[in-house]
Amino acid sequence: MTEHLVLRVISKLLVPPILLFALYVQMHGDYGPGGGFQAGVIFGAGLILYGLVFGAQAVQSVAPMRLLVTLACLGLLLYAGVGIASMIGGGSFLEYGALSADATHGNHVGIIIIEIGVGIAVASVMTIIFCVLAEWR
Amino acid sequence: MDAQAQGPRAIDLYVDILLIVLLVAAALVVVSLRNLLAAALVLGIYSLVMAALWVVLDAVDVAFTEAAVGAGVTTVFMVLAIAATGRHARVTHRRPWLPILASLAVGGLLIYGTLDLPDFGDPQAPAQQHVAPHYLGQGEAETGVPNIVTAVLASYRGFDTLGEVTVIFTAGMGVLLLLGVARRRRMDARDDE
Amino acid sequence: MEALAHVNYWAAIALAMIGLYAIIAPSNLIKKLIGLGMFQSAIFLIYITAGKVEGGTAPIIDAAYEVYSNPLPHVLILTAIVVAVSTLAVGLALTVAIKRAYGTVEEDEIVEQDRR
Repeated sequence: MTEHLVLRVISKLLVPPILLFALYVQMHGDYGPGGGFQAGVIFGAGLILYGLVFGAQAVQSVAPMRLLVTLACLGLLLYAGVGIASMIGGGSFLEYGALSADATHGNHVGIIIIEIGVGIAVASVMTIIFCVLAEWR
Repeated sequence: MDAQAQGPRAIDLYVDILLIVLLVAAALVVVSLRNLLAAALVLGIYSLVMAALWVVLDAVDVAFTEAAVGAGVTTVFMVLAIAATGRHARVTHRRPWLPILASLAVGGLLIYGTLDLPDFGDPQAPAQQHVAPHYLGQGEAETGVPNIVTAVLASYRGFDTLGEVTVIFTAGMGVLLLLGVARRRRMDARDDE
Repeated sequence: MEALAHVNYWAAIALAMIGLYAIIAPSNLIKKLIGLGMFQSAIFLIYITAGKVEGGTAPIIDAAYEVYSNPLPHVLILTAIVVAVSTLAVGLALTVAIKRAYGTVEEDEIVEQDRR
């Protein structure tokens, strides 16, 4: 795709706003439409757009496969870790109310953290799948 | 009063029916196309129309996901896989009447089943009476999150969502093991030669 | 209006049956996966339709609204869509692996090779 000047310039302009928008969707998911799943897919789509125009190798130089796999595991473990943390706090598994003295506040904190875990896991899995399929020859 | 209440509902129904017609048309085009690349792109259009339909049906979070996944990521995966396997489906000489008959029979039975379902949008339907009133009434007070979809997803059904994330993780690892490892082995074999 | 009370369900069934035909009839594995994707979307439509409440709005609590659609189907389908794309990717990866092993993705040619 080295010869498509318009595509290269436009996608270079588009990728940063897409990644930023993903973070907005992630953090604003409590108050409007959005959340970890949507943010993860949008973040992955931003990286996939970059990979479609500049090649999967370019994505791999930003996010190597080893890092992506680590992040996917971390996202899932962050989610499960909140469950363990609420058990340590005296509740049952994933009972976020136990995370804080105030049950509502604890719930809100728990929701934000697990949404971040979901976002990280989904974004890295989407990028892993893209890189594996794109590098297959 | 009655006319005012009817107005927005009627326009919702018209938009709904228009989108449904577009969906069925797109689905028929996908099935009839022999060029797989074209079929994958029309499937992307199908998903985008579906996303518009979710907005009409008040499911904005689902619309968000469908637009990003169905019209974006799925199409990219499809195109990449088609690039690896060849873009033309072979003309089959199998008799098409058997699958058509099977589809029509199953469809007919399912439509017979819908006759007992509650009417579209009925607020008294059993689905609207079970846990939904609790989520909508107490959800914000119990979790501090005004978007009830996020509250149910992450808090009330947190166990379910943990399972879903595990499935997604496992699928990613599955793809990596199926193709990534085989590719590395093949590269090593090439280096040895 | 009364006759249209189930129109969304019928549309979902029509889409599902088009998808079912696309799973059974073609011998190309990618075409089958496309049909599977359409079938899945049709099932999503049944769920979301069941959650719609007449005159309701999106389930984001605000003082300005009183009637909301049922949030539960939205949650189930939102996660199901992301799971669907991941499992579809596994299917595509399997198809690519089959192409490498057999040199074709046409079902009857694969069966033919297996018989030999």
